[in-house]
Amino acid sequence: MYPDNFRYTKEHEWVRIEGDQATVGITFHAQKELGDIVYVDLPKLGTHVEQAKPIGSVESVKAVSDIFAPMSGEVVEVNGLLTDSPEKLNADPHGEAWLIKIKLSAPQETAHLLSAAEYQAYVGAE
Amino acid sequence: MRYLPKSDLERRQMLDLIGASRLEDLYAHLPENIRFNGDLNVPPGKSEYEIADYFGARGGENANGFASFLGAGVYHHYRPVLVDAVVSRGEFLTSYTPYQAEISQGTLTSIFEFQTMLCQLTGMEVANASMYDGSTAVPEAAMMAMRVTGRKRVIVARSVHPEYREVLATYTRHQNVEVVEAGFDNESGAIDLRALERIVDKNTAAVIVQSPNFFGGVEDIQPLAALAHANGALLVHAFTEAVSLGVLEPPPDADIVAGELQSFAISPSYGGPFAGVIACKEKYVRQLPGRLVGQTKDASGNRAFCLTLATREQHIRREKATSNICTNQALIALMATVFMTVYGKRGLRELAEQNLAKAHYLGGELKRRFTGPYFNEFVAQASACDTINEALLRRKIIGGLPLARFYPELDGAMLLCCTEMSRRGHMDAVAEEFGA
Repeated sequence: MYPDNFRYTKEHEWVRIEGDQATVGITFHAQKELGDIVYVDLPKLGTHVEQAKPIGSVESVKAVSDIFAPMSGEVVEVNGLLTDSPEKLNADPHGEAWLIKIKLSAPQETAHLLSAAEYQAYVGAE
Repeated sequence: MRYLPKSDLERRQMLDLIGASRLEDLYAHLPENIRFNGDLNVPPGKSEYEIADYFGARGGENANGFASFLGAGVYHHYRPVLVDAVVSRGEFLTSYTPYQAEISQGTLTSIFEFQTMLCQLTGMEVANASMYDGSTAVPEAAMMAMRVTGRKRVIVARSVHPEYREVLATYTRHQNVEVVEAGFDNESGAIDLRALERIVDKNTAAVIVQSPNFFGGVEDIQPLAALAHANGALLVHAFTEAVSLGVLEPPPDADIVAGELQSFAISPSYGGPFAGVIACKEKYVRQLPGRLVGQTKDASGNRAFCLTLATREQHIRREKATSNICTNQALIALMATVFMTVYGKRGLRELAEQNLAKAHYLGGELKRRFTGPYFNEFVAQASACDTINEALLRRKIIGGLPLARFYPELDGAMLLCCTEMSRRGHMDAVAEEFGA
Protein backbone atom coordinates (compact mmCIF):
# COMPACT_ATOMS: atom_id res chain seq x y z
CA MET A 1 0.00 0.00 0.00
CA TYR A 2 2.62 2.58 1.05
CA PRO A 3 5.65 2.78 -1.30
CA ASP A 4 8.99 2.10 0.37
CA ASN A 5 10.74 4.93 -1.50
CA PHE A 6 8.43 7.56 0.09
CA ARG A 7 8.77 9.21 3.47
CA TYR A 8 5.65 10.07 5.49
CA THR A 9 4.40 12.53 8.11
CA LYS A 10 2.03 11.95 10.98
CA GLU A 11 -0.26 14.50 9.29
CA HIS A 12 -0.58 12.07 6.36
CA GLU A 13 1.56 13.68 3.68
CA TRP A 14 4.10 11.71 1.67
CA VAL A 15 7.29 12.93 0.05
CA ARG A 16 9.43 11.34 -2.67
CA ILE A 17 12.96 12.69 -2.87
CA GLU A 18 14.92 12.76 -6.15
CA GLY A 19 18.22 14.62 -5.84
CA ASP A 20 17.54 18.08 -4.43
CA GLN A 21 13.85 17.95 -5.41
CA ALA A 22 10.90 16.35 -3.67
CA THR A 23 7.39 15.51 -4.80
CA VAL A 24 4.70 15.96 -2.15
CA GLY A 25 1.26 14.37 -1.84
CA ILE A 26 -1.28 13.16 0.66
CA THR A 27 -1.56 9.50 1.59
CA PHE A 28 -4.11 6.90 0.65
CA HIS A 29 -5.20 6.90 4.27
CA ALA A 30 -5.75 10.70 4.21
CA GLN A 31 -7.98 10.63 1.14
CA LYS A 32 -9.94 7.68 2.50
CA GLU A 33 -10.62 9.50 5.78
CA LEU A 34 -11.63 12.70 3.95
CA GLY A 35 -14.03 11.05 1.53
CA ASP A 36 -14.91 12.62 -1.83
CA ILE A 37 -12.47 15.48 -2.42
CA VAL A 38 -13.98 18.52 -4.13
CA TYR A 39 -11.29 21.18 -3.93
CA VAL A 40 -7.55 21.47 -3.36
CA ASP A 41 -5.92 24.75 -2.39
CA LEU A 42 -2.19 24.71 -3.18
CA PRO A 43 0.62 27.28 -2.73
CA LYS A 44 1.75 29.41 -5.66
CA LEU A 45 4.97 28.77 -7.58
CA GLY A 46 7.98 30.27 -5.86
CA THR A 47 6.45 30.14 -2.38
CA HIS A 48 8.89 29.20 0.35
CA VAL A 49 7.45 26.43 2.50
CA GLU A 50 8.64 25.30 5.89
CA GLN A 51 8.53 21.82 7.34
CA ALA A 52 5.38 21.17 9.40
CA LYS A 53 3.81 24.53 8.48
CA PRO A 54 0.46 24.64 6.59
CA ILE A 55 0.80 25.16 2.83
CA GLY A 56 -2.77 24.68 1.67
CA SER A 57 -5.91 22.69 2.26
CA VAL A 58 -7.97 19.82 0.92
CA GLU A 59 -11.73 20.12 0.99
CA SER A 60 -13.99 17.10 0.85
CA VAL A 61 -17.75 16.87 1.05
CA LYS A 62 -17.44 16.48 4.80
CA ALA A 63 -14.38 18.40 5.95
CA VAL A 64 -11.55 20.79 5.20
CA SER A 65 -8.05 19.71 6.21
CA ASP A 66 -4.82 21.62 6.19
CA ILE A 67 -1.89 20.29 4.21
CA PHE A 68 1.46 20.60 5.98
CA ALA A 69 4.82 20.80 4.25
CA PRO A 70 6.71 17.57 4.91
CA MET A 71 10.01 19.34 4.18
CA SER A 72 11.25 22.91 3.65
CA GLY A 73 12.07 24.46 0.31
CA GLU A 74 10.74 26.42 -2.62
CA VAL A 75 7.70 25.40 -4.67
CA VAL A 76 8.93 24.70 -8.21
CA GLU A 77 5.89 22.91 -9.65
CA VAL A 78 2.18 22.75 -8.82
CA ASN A 79 -0.03 19.94 -10.11
CA GLY A 80 -2.51 21.71 -12.39
CA LEU A 81 -4.48 18.50 -12.81
CA LEU A 82 -6.05 19.02 -9.39
CA THR A 83 -7.62 22.37 -10.28
CA ASP A 84 -10.15 20.77 -12.58
CA SER A 85 -10.09 17.21 -11.27
CA PRO A 86 -9.67 17.24 -7.49
CA GLU A 87 -11.34 13.80 -7.40
CA LYS A 88 -8.08 12.34 -8.78
CA LEU A 89 -6.81 12.65 -5.23
CA ASN A 90 -9.21 9.89 -4.26
CA ALA A 91 -8.31 7.75 -7.26
CA ASP A 92 -4.51 7.96 -7.29
CA PRO A 93 -3.13 9.83 -4.25
CA HIS A 94 0.37 8.31 -4.54
CA GLY A 95 0.65 8.73 -8.31
CA GLU A 96 -0.75 11.30 -10.75
CA ALA A 97 -2.49 13.27 -7.97
CA TRP A 98 0.72 14.54 -6.39
CA LEU A 99 0.34 18.11 -5.07
CA ILE A 100 3.56 20.07 -5.49
CA LYS A 101 7.24 19.69 -6.16
CA ILE A 102 9.72 21.53 -3.99
CA LYS A 103 13.40 22.33 -4.29
CA LEU A 104 14.70 21.23 -0.90
CA SER A 105 16.52 23.70 1.30
CA ALA A 106 17.17 21.29 4.21
CA PRO A 107 17.52 17.67 2.98
CA GLN A 108 18.49 16.52 6.50
CA GLU A 109 14.88 17.07 7.56
CA THR A 110 14.06 13.52 6.44
CA ALA A 111 15.20 12.56 9.95
CA HIS A 112 11.81 13.78 11.22
CA LEU A 113 9.84 11.66 8.75
CA LEU A 114 8.45 8.14 8.94
CA SER A 115 9.40 5.18 6.77
CA ALA A 116 6.69 3.23 4.94
CA ALA A 117 6.67 0.56 7.62
CA GLU A 118 6.50 3.13 10.41
CA TYR A 119 3.65 4.98 8.70
CA GLN A 120 1.77 1.74 8.07
CA ALA A 121 2.10 0.89 11.75
CA TYR A 122 1.04 4.43 12.68
CA VAL A 123 -2.19 4.43 10.64
CA GLY A 124 -2.88 0.84 11.56
CA ALA A 125 -2.74 1.83 15.22
CA GLU A 126 -4.66 5.09 14.77
CA MET B 1 -40.98 38.28 17.98
CA ARG B 2 -43.55 38.76 20.74
CA TYR B 3 -42.85 40.66 23.91
CA LEU B 4 -44.48 38.86 26.83
CA PRO B 5 -44.39 40.92 29.99
CA LYS B 6 -44.28 39.03 33.25
CA SER B 7 -46.62 39.68 36.13
CA ASP B 8 -45.38 40.22 39.69
CA LEU B 9 -46.88 36.84 40.54
CA GLU B 10 -44.90 35.09 37.78
CA ARG B 11 -41.70 36.80 38.90
CA ARG B 12 -42.34 35.64 42.47
CA GLN B 13 -42.96 32.07 41.32
CA MET B 14 -39.74 32.00 39.28
CA LEU B 15 -37.69 33.39 42.17
CA ASP B 16 -39.25 30.87 44.58
CA LEU B 17 -38.43 28.02 42.21
CA ILE B 18 -34.72 28.83 42.18
CA GLY B 19 -34.67 29.74 45.86
CA ALA B 20 -33.99 33.46 45.50
CA SER B 21 -35.82 35.96 47.67
CA ARG B 22 -35.54 38.95 45.34
CA LEU B 23 -34.28 39.79 41.84
CA GLU B 24 -31.11 41.46 43.19
CA ASP B 25 -30.00 38.08 44.57
CA LEU B 26 -29.23 37.06 41.00
CA TYR B 27 -26.53 39.73 40.80
CA ALA B 28 -25.14 39.14 44.30
CA HIS B 29 -21.95 37.63 42.87
CA LEU B 30 -21.02 40.97 41.29
CA PRO B 31 -18.85 43.27 43.45
CA GLU B 32 -20.85 45.97 45.23
CA ASN B 33 -18.78 48.84 43.79
CA ILE B 34 -19.59 48.04 40.15
CA ARG B 35 -23.32 47.61 40.74
CA PHE B 36 -25.69 50.43 40.04
CA ASN B 37 -27.68 51.44 43.09
CA GLY B 38 -30.80 53.50 42.87
CA ASP B 39 -33.57 53.74 40.35
CA LEU B 40 -33.11 54.08 36.61
CA ASN B 41 -34.21 57.36 35.17
CA VAL B 42 -37.15 55.90 33.26
CA PRO B 43 -40.54 57.61 33.45
CA PRO B 44 -43.58 55.61 34.61
CA GLY B 45 -45.64 53.71 32.07
CA LYS B 46 -47.94 55.52 29.66
CA SER B 47 -51.31 54.57 28.25
CA GLU B 48 -51.56 53.35 24.67
CA TYR B 49 -53.19 56.63 23.67
CA GLU B 50 -50.35 58.67 25.19
CA ILE B 51 -47.78 56.55 23.39
CA ALA B 52 -49.51 56.88 20.00
CA ASP B 53 -49.76 60.61 20.58
CA TYR B 54 -46.08 60.92 21.53
CA PHE B 55 -44.78 58.99 18.54
CA GLY B 56 -47.19 60.75 16.21
CA ALA B 57 -45.74 64.07 17.37
CA ARG B 58 -42.13 62.87 17.01
CA GLY B 59 -42.93 61.43 13.56
CA GLY B 60 -44.31 64.82 12.57
CA GLU B 61 -40.83 66.28 13.05
CA ASN B 62 -39.63 64.24 10.04
CA ALA B 63 -39.46 65.77 6.61
CA ASN B 64 -42.43 63.73 5.46
CA GLY B 65 -43.56 64.63 2.00
CA PHE B 66 -40.49 66.74 1.25
CA ALA B 67 -38.94 66.51 -2.19
CA SER B 68 -35.31 65.35 -2.10
CA PHE B 69 -32.30 66.01 -4.31
CA LEU B 70 -29.92 64.20 -2.00
CA GLY B 71 -28.16 61.15 -3.41
CA ALA B 72 -24.52 60.44 -2.56
CA GLY B 73 -24.96 56.71 -2.05
CA VAL B 74 -28.56 56.60 -0.83
CA TYR B 75 -31.27 57.26 -3.40
CA HIS B 76 -34.87 58.37 -3.31
CA HIS B 77 -36.71 55.88 -5.51
CA TYR B 78 -40.26 54.62 -5.64
CA ARG B 79 -40.89 51.37 -3.77
CA PRO B 80 -43.52 49.21 -5.50
CA VAL B 81 -46.18 48.04 -2.99
CA LEU B 82 -45.55 44.46 -4.02
CA VAL B 83 -42.17 44.61 -2.29
CA ASP B 84 -43.54 44.92 1.23
CA ALA B 85 -46.40 42.54 0.44
CA VAL B 86 -43.82 39.84 -0.30
CA VAL B 87 -41.18 40.58 2.31
CA SER B 88 -43.69 40.88 5.13
CA ARG B 89 -44.86 37.32 4.61
CA GLY B 90 -44.00 35.31 7.72
CA GLU B 91 -42.12 32.69 5.71
CA PHE B 92 -39.55 35.34 4.79
CA LEU B 93 -39.89 37.91 7.56
CA THR B 94 -39.42 35.70 10.60
CA SER B 95 -37.11 33.01 9.27
CA TYR B 96 -33.49 33.21 10.26
CA THR B 97 -30.64 32.37 7.92
CA PRO B 98 -31.04 28.76 6.78
CA TYR B 99 -28.43 26.75 8.64
CA GLN B 100 -29.83 23.48 7.40
CA ALA B 101 -30.12 25.23 4.09
CA GLU B 102 -31.76 22.64 1.86
CA ILE B 103 -34.87 22.47 4.04
CA SER B 104 -35.61 26.09 3.13
CA GLN B 105 -36.28 25.65 -0.59
CA GLY B 106 -38.32 28.86 -0.76
CA THR B 107 -35.51 31.00 0.62
CA LEU B 108 -32.95 29.26 -1.58
CA THR B 109 -35.13 29.81 -4.66
CA SER B 110 -35.38 33.53 -3.95
CA ILE B 111 -31.62 33.78 -3.40
CA PHE B 112 -30.96 31.88 -6.64
CA GLU B 113 -33.16 34.36 -8.51
CA PHE B 114 -31.35 37.27 -6.84
CA GLN B 115 -27.98 35.88 -8.01
CA THR B 116 -29.27 35.18 -11.51
CA MET B 117 -30.69 38.66 -12.03
CA LEU B 118 -27.54 40.29 -10.69
CA CYS B 119 -25.43 38.27 -13.09
CA GLN B 120 -27.64 39.50 -15.91
CA LEU B 121 -27.41 43.11 -14.72
CA THR B 122 -23.66 43.17 -14.07
CA GLY B 123 -22.64 40.92 -16.95
CA MET B 124 -20.58 38.82 -14.53
CA GLU B 125 -20.60 35.02 -14.49
CA VAL B 126 -21.37 34.55 -10.83
CA ALA B 127 -22.94 36.68 -8.07
CA ASN B 128 -23.06 35.84 -4.39
CA ALA B 129 -26.15 35.66 -2.19
CA SER B 130 -25.61 39.32 -1.12
CA MET B 131 -23.37 41.32 1.20
CA TYR B 132 -24.29 43.61 4.10
CA ASP B 133 -24.10 46.71 1.91
CA GLY B 134 -21.99 48.43 -0.72
CA SER B 135 -19.56 49.86 1.80
CA THR B 136 -18.54 46.37 2.94
CA ALA B 137 -18.86 44.75 -0.50
CA VAL B 138 -16.14 46.99 -1.95
CA PRO B 139 -13.46 46.26 0.69
CA GLU B 140 -14.37 42.56 0.51
CA ALA B 141 -13.78 42.75 -3.25
CA ALA B 142 -10.39 44.34 -2.56
CA MET B 143 -9.50 41.51 -0.17
CA MET B 144 -10.64 39.01 -2.79
CA ALA B 145 -8.28 40.59 -5.31
CA MET B 146 -5.44 40.38 -2.80
CA ARG B 147 -6.07 36.67 -2.30
CA VAL B 148 -6.25 36.05 -6.04
CA THR B 149 -3.06 37.94 -6.85
CA GLY B 150 -1.12 37.30 -3.63
CA ARG B 151 -0.34 41.05 -3.53
CA LYS B 152 -0.89 43.59 -0.75
CA ARG B 153 -1.35 46.89 -2.54
CA VAL B 154 -4.69 48.38 -3.53
CA ILE B 155 -5.39 51.47 -5.58
CA VAL B 156 -8.71 53.17 -5.01
CA ALA B 157 -10.05 56.15 -6.94
CA ARG B 158 -10.73 59.25 -4.84
CA SER B 159 -14.06 59.39 -6.64
CA VAL B 160 -15.16 56.17 -4.90
CA HIS B 161 -17.73 56.94 -2.18
CA PRO B 162 -15.71 58.51 0.70
CA GLU B 163 -17.43 56.34 3.31
CA TYR B 164 -16.65 53.18 1.31
CA ARG B 165 -13.02 54.26 1.35
CA GLU B 166 -13.24 54.69 5.12
CA VAL B 167 -14.52 51.12 5.49
CA LEU B 168 -11.71 49.97 3.18
CA ALA B 169 -9.23 51.72 5.48
CA THR B 170 -10.76 49.93 8.48
CA TYR B 171 -10.55 46.54 6.78
CA THR B 172 -6.94 46.99 5.70
CA ARG B 173 -5.49 48.91 8.68
CA HIS B 174 -4.05 45.93 10.52
CA GLN B 175 -3.38 43.67 7.55
CA ASN B 176 -0.18 45.23 6.28
CA VAL B 177 -1.93 46.45 3.16
CA GLU B 178 -0.96 49.56 1.28
CA VAL B 179 -3.92 51.60 0.07
CA VAL B 180 -3.13 54.28 -2.49
CA GLU B 181 -5.66 56.84 -3.70
CA ALA B 182 -5.88 57.84 -7.36
CA GLY B 183 -7.04 61.39 -8.02
CA PHE B 184 -9.68 62.69 -10.40
CA ASP B 185 -9.32 65.04 -13.31
CA ASN B 186 -10.22 68.53 -12.16
CA GLU B 187 -12.06 69.28 -15.38
CA SER B 188 -13.93 66.09 -16.28
CA GLY B 189 -14.34 64.66 -12.76
CA ALA B 190 -13.33 61.24 -14.07
CA ILE B 191 -10.36 59.29 -12.75
CA ASP B 192 -7.06 60.82 -13.89
CA LEU B 193 -5.68 58.09 -16.18
CA ARG B 194 -2.23 59.68 -16.51
CA ALA B 195 -1.84 59.86 -12.73
CA LEU B 196 -3.13 56.31 -12.40
CA GLU B 197 -0.52 55.05 -14.87
CA ARG B 198 2.18 56.34 -12.54
CA ILE B 199 0.93 54.50 -9.47
CA VAL B 200 -0.22 51.11 -10.81
CA ASP B 201 2.66 48.67 -10.55
CA LYS B 202 3.46 44.96 -10.45
CA ASN B 203 2.65 44.82 -6.73
CA THR B 204 -0.87 46.11 -7.25
CA ALA B 205 -3.68 43.67 -6.43
CA ALA B 206 -6.61 45.81 -7.49
CA VAL B 207 -7.66 49.08 -9.05
CA ILE B 208 -11.02 50.09 -7.56
CA VAL B 209 -13.16 52.44 -9.61
CA GLN B 210 -16.73 53.52 -9.05
CA SER B 211 -19.08 54.22 -11.94
CA PRO B 212 -21.16 56.30 -11.88
CA ASN B 213 -18.58 57.75 -9.50
CA PHE B 214 -19.29 59.75 -6.36
CA PHE B 215 -19.78 62.87 -8.50
CA GLY B 216 -22.31 61.03 -10.66
CA GLY B 217 -19.82 60.80 -13.52
CA VAL B 218 -19.69 57.76 -15.80
CA GLU B 219 -16.16 56.36 -16.01
CA ASP B 220 -14.64 54.83 -19.10
CA ILE B 221 -13.75 51.48 -17.57
CA GLN B 222 -12.01 49.87 -20.55
CA PRO B 223 -8.66 51.75 -20.46
CA LEU B 224 -8.57 51.47 -16.67
CA ALA B 225 -9.07 47.70 -16.89
CA ALA B 226 -6.41 47.43 -19.60
CA LEU B 227 -3.95 49.28 -17.37
CA ALA B 228 -4.76 47.08 -14.37
CA HIS B 229 -4.52 43.87 -16.40
CA ALA B 230 -1.21 44.88 -17.99
CA ASN B 231 0.18 44.94 -14.44
CA GLY B 232 -1.46 41.70 -13.37
CA ALA B 233 -3.97 43.51 -11.16
CA LEU B 234 -7.75 43.05 -11.06
CA LEU B 235 -10.22 45.77 -11.92
CA VAL B 236 -12.91 46.18 -9.26
CA HIS B 237 -15.93 48.06 -10.47
CA ALA B 238 -17.93 49.60 -7.62
CA PHE B 239 -21.40 51.11 -7.87
CA THR B 240 -23.68 52.90 -5.44
CA GLU B 241 -26.59 53.58 -7.80
CA ALA B 242 -27.91 50.22 -9.03
CA VAL B 243 -30.56 51.86 -11.24
CA SER B 244 -27.72 52.99 -13.51
CA LEU B 245 -27.34 49.34 -14.59
CA GLY B 246 -30.60 49.82 -16.51
CA VAL B 247 -28.88 51.96 -19.15
CA LEU B 248 -25.17 51.67 -18.59
CA GLU B 249 -23.56 48.68 -20.19
CA PRO B 250 -22.15 46.36 -17.57
CA PRO B 251 -18.36 46.52 -17.60
CA PRO B 252 -17.18 43.37 -19.41
CA ASP B 253 -13.58 44.31 -18.61
CA ALA B 254 -14.11 44.27 -14.86
CA ASP B 255 -13.00 41.24 -12.87
CA ILE B 256 -15.14 41.94 -9.83
CA VAL B 257 -18.27 44.09 -9.57
CA ALA B 258 -19.23 45.18 -6.05
CA GLY B 259 -21.99 47.53 -5.08
CA GLU B 260 -25.01 48.71 -3.21
CA LEU B 261 -28.61 47.72 -3.97
CA GLN B 262 -30.42 50.29 -1.83
CA SER B 263 -31.92 51.81 -4.98
CA PHE B 264 -33.83 48.57 -5.54
CA ALA B 265 -36.74 49.20 -3.16
CA ILE B 266 -34.71 49.30 0.04
CA SER B 267 -35.88 52.14 2.31
CA PRO B 268 -33.23 54.71 3.17
CA SER B 269 -34.12 54.10 6.87
CA TYR B 270 -31.63 56.62 8.26
CA GLY B 271 -28.74 54.76 6.60
CA GLY B 272 -29.52 51.07 6.78
CA PRO B 273 -29.83 48.15 6.81
CA PHE B 274 -29.08 47.91 3.10
CA ALA B 275 -27.91 45.05 0.91
CA GLY B 276 -24.82 44.79 -1.25
CA VAL B 277 -23.53 42.27 -3.72
CA ILE B 278 -20.29 40.97 -5.20
CA ALA B 279 -20.28 39.48 -8.68
CA CYS B 280 -17.21 38.20 -10.48
CA LYS B 281 -15.73 36.03 -13.18
CA GLU B 282 -16.26 32.37 -12.42
CA LYS B 283 -12.54 31.67 -12.12
CA TYR B 284 -12.50 33.70 -8.87
CA VAL B 285 -15.50 31.95 -7.33
CA ARG B 286 -13.37 30.20 -4.70
CA GLN B 287 -12.36 33.57 -3.31
CA LEU B 288 -15.90 34.96 -3.34
CA PRO B 289 -16.98 35.82 0.21
CA GLY B 290 -20.37 34.89 1.59
CA ARG B 291 -22.37 32.09 0.11
CA LEU B 292 -23.65 30.88 -3.21
CA VAL B 293 -26.88 29.06 -3.98
CA GLY B 294 -26.94 26.63 -6.89
CA GLN B 295 -29.49 24.63 -8.79
CA THR B 296 -29.48 20.86 -8.53
CA LYS B 297 -31.81 17.86 -8.62
CA ASP B 298 -33.33 16.10 -5.64
CA ALA B 299 -33.44 12.30 -5.18
CA SER B 300 -36.52 12.09 -7.44
CA GLY B 301 -34.93 14.18 -10.18
CA ASN B 302 -36.93 17.35 -9.44
CA ARG B 303 -35.42 20.81 -9.75
CA ALA B 304 -34.08 21.84 -6.36
CA PHE B 305 -31.70 24.37 -4.83
CA CYS B 306 -28.75 23.92 -2.52
CA LEU B 307 -25.96 25.87 -0.90
CA THR B 308 -23.28 25.23 -3.51
CA LEU B 309 -20.55 27.18 -1.77
CA ALA B 310 -20.34 28.42 1.76
CA THR B 311 -16.93 29.26 3.08
CA ARG B 312 -16.14 26.41 5.42
CA GLU B 313 -14.19 28.60 7.80
CA GLN B 314 -17.47 30.20 8.79
CA HIS B 315 -18.40 26.97 10.52
CA ILE B 316 -15.35 24.89 11.23
CA ARG B 317 -12.11 26.76 10.48
CA ARG B 318 -12.78 30.12 12.02
CA GLU B 319 -9.12 30.91 12.59
CA LYS B 320 -8.68 30.78 8.80
CA ALA B 321 -11.49 33.24 8.06
CA THR B 322 -10.88 35.44 5.03
CA SER B 323 -14.02 37.53 5.11
CA ASN B 324 -16.24 39.41 7.50
CA ILE B 325 -19.55 38.15 6.15
CA CYS B 326 -20.99 34.94 7.53
CA THR B 327 -24.37 34.58 5.90
CA ASN B 328 -26.18 36.98 3.65
CA GLN B 329 -28.55 39.91 3.88
CA ALA B 330 -31.53 37.70 3.09
CA LEU B 331 -34.62 39.76 3.81
CA ILE B 332 -33.24 43.06 2.54
CA ALA B 333 -31.80 41.36 -0.53
CA LEU B 334 -35.26 39.91 -1.13
CA MET B 335 -36.58 43.48 -1.47
CA ALA B 336 -34.14 43.93 -4.34
CA THR B 337 -35.20 40.60 -5.84
CA VAL B 338 -38.87 41.60 -5.81
CA PHE B 339 -37.99 45.02 -7.21
CA MET B 340 -36.01 43.53 -10.11
CA THR B 341 -38.86 41.10 -10.79
CA VAL B 342 -41.50 43.85 -10.75
CA TYR B 343 -39.60 46.15 -13.09
CA GLY B 344 -38.14 43.51 -15.37
CA LYS B 345 -35.66 44.13 -18.14
CA ARG B 346 -37.64 46.82 -19.95
CA GLY B 347 -39.06 48.45 -16.84
CA LEU B 348 -35.62 48.95 -15.35
CA ARG B 349 -34.41 50.49 -18.57
CA GLU B 350 -37.35 52.91 -18.64
CA LEU B 351 -36.76 53.77 -14.98
CA ALA B 352 -33.09 54.48 -15.66
CA GLU B 353 -33.99 56.61 -18.68
CA GLN B 354 -36.36 58.72 -16.54
CA ASN B 355 -33.61 59.25 -13.99
CA LEU B 356 -31.20 60.22 -16.72
CA ALA B 357 -33.63 62.63 -18.38
CA LYS B 358 -34.61 64.40 -15.15
CA ALA B 359 -31.02 64.79 -13.96
CA HIS B 360 -30.09 66.21 -17.35
CA TYR B 361 -32.98 68.65 -17.21
CA LEU B 362 -31.81 70.09 -13.90
CA GLY B 363 -28.16 69.72 -14.86
CA GLY B 364 -28.86 71.83 -17.93
CA GLU B 365 -30.32 74.61 -15.77
CA LEU B 366 -27.31 74.84 -13.45
CA LYS B 367 -23.61 75.55 -13.79
CA ARG B 368 -21.97 72.14 -13.65
CA ARG B 369 -18.59 71.74 -11.99
CA PHE B 370 -17.42 68.84 -14.19
CA THR B 371 -17.69 68.25 -17.91
CA GLY B 372 -17.86 64.44 -18.01
CA PRO B 373 -20.97 62.38 -18.84
CA TYR B 374 -23.28 61.71 -15.88
CA PHE B 375 -26.23 59.54 -14.95
CA ASN B 376 -28.65 60.81 -12.27
CA GLU B 377 -26.22 62.82 -10.14
CA PHE B 378 -24.02 65.76 -10.97
CA VAL B 379 -22.01 68.43 -9.23
CA ALA B 380 -23.29 72.01 -9.40
CA GLN B 381 -21.27 75.12 -8.72
CA ALA B 382 -22.93 77.13 -5.97
CA SER B 383 -22.16 80.44 -4.36
CA ALA B 384 -23.04 79.31 -0.84
CA CYS B 385 -24.28 75.73 -0.47
CA ASP B 386 -25.67 76.15 3.04
CA THR B 387 -27.72 79.22 2.17
CA ILE B 388 -29.25 77.44 -0.82
CA ASN B 389 -30.09 74.32 1.20
CA GLU B 390 -31.69 76.39 3.98
CA ALA B 391 -33.83 78.26 1.46
CA LEU B 392 -34.85 74.95 -0.16
CA LEU B 393 -35.80 73.43 3.20
CA ARG B 394 -38.19 76.31 3.78
CA ARG B 395 -39.83 75.28 0.50
CA LYS B 396 -40.03 71.65 1.69
CA ILE B 397 -37.20 70.57 -0.55
CA ILE B 398 -34.12 68.71 0.67
CA GLY B 399 -31.17 70.01 -1.33
CA GLY B 400 -27.92 68.31 -2.27
CA LEU B 401 -24.69 67.39 -0.52
CA PRO B 402 -22.11 70.20 -0.09
CA LEU B 403 -18.97 68.35 -1.23
CA ALA B 404 -16.53 70.30 0.96
CA ARG B 405 -17.37 67.87 3.77
CA PHE B 406 -15.48 65.12 1.92
CA TYR B 407 -13.45 67.12 -0.62
CA PRO B 408 -12.07 70.40 0.76
CA GLU B 409 -10.88 71.31 -2.75
CA LEU B 410 -14.51 71.25 -3.95
CA ASP B 411 -15.68 73.98 -1.61
CA GLY B 412 -18.73 75.69 -3.09
CA ALA B 413 -19.76 72.60 -5.06
CA MET B 414 -22.93 70.65 -4.38
CA LEU B 415 -23.76 67.08 -5.40
CA LEU B 416 -27.35 66.89 -6.63
CA CYS B 417 -29.45 63.87 -7.55
CA CYS B 418 -32.62 63.55 -9.60
CA THR B 419 -34.66 60.38 -9.77
CA GLU B 420 -38.03 59.36 -11.18
CA MET B 421 -39.44 60.99 -8.01
CA SER B 422 -38.18 64.47 -8.96
CA ARG B 423 -40.94 66.76 -10.22
CA ARG B 424 -40.53 69.56 -12.66
CA GLY B 425 -41.79 72.18 -10.17
CA HIS B 426 -39.29 71.14 -7.54
CA MET B 427 -36.44 71.05 -10.04
CA ASP B 428 -37.32 74.56 -11.16
CA ALA B 429 -37.36 75.64 -7.52
CA VAL B 430 -33.84 74.28 -7.06
CA ALA B 431 -32.66 76.12 -10.16
CA GLU B 432 -34.26 79.29 -8.82
CA GLU B 433 -32.45 79.06 -5.47
CA PHE B 434 -29.18 78.51 -7.29
CA GLY B 435 -29.91 81.82 -8.99
CA ALA B 436 -29.97 80.21 -12.41
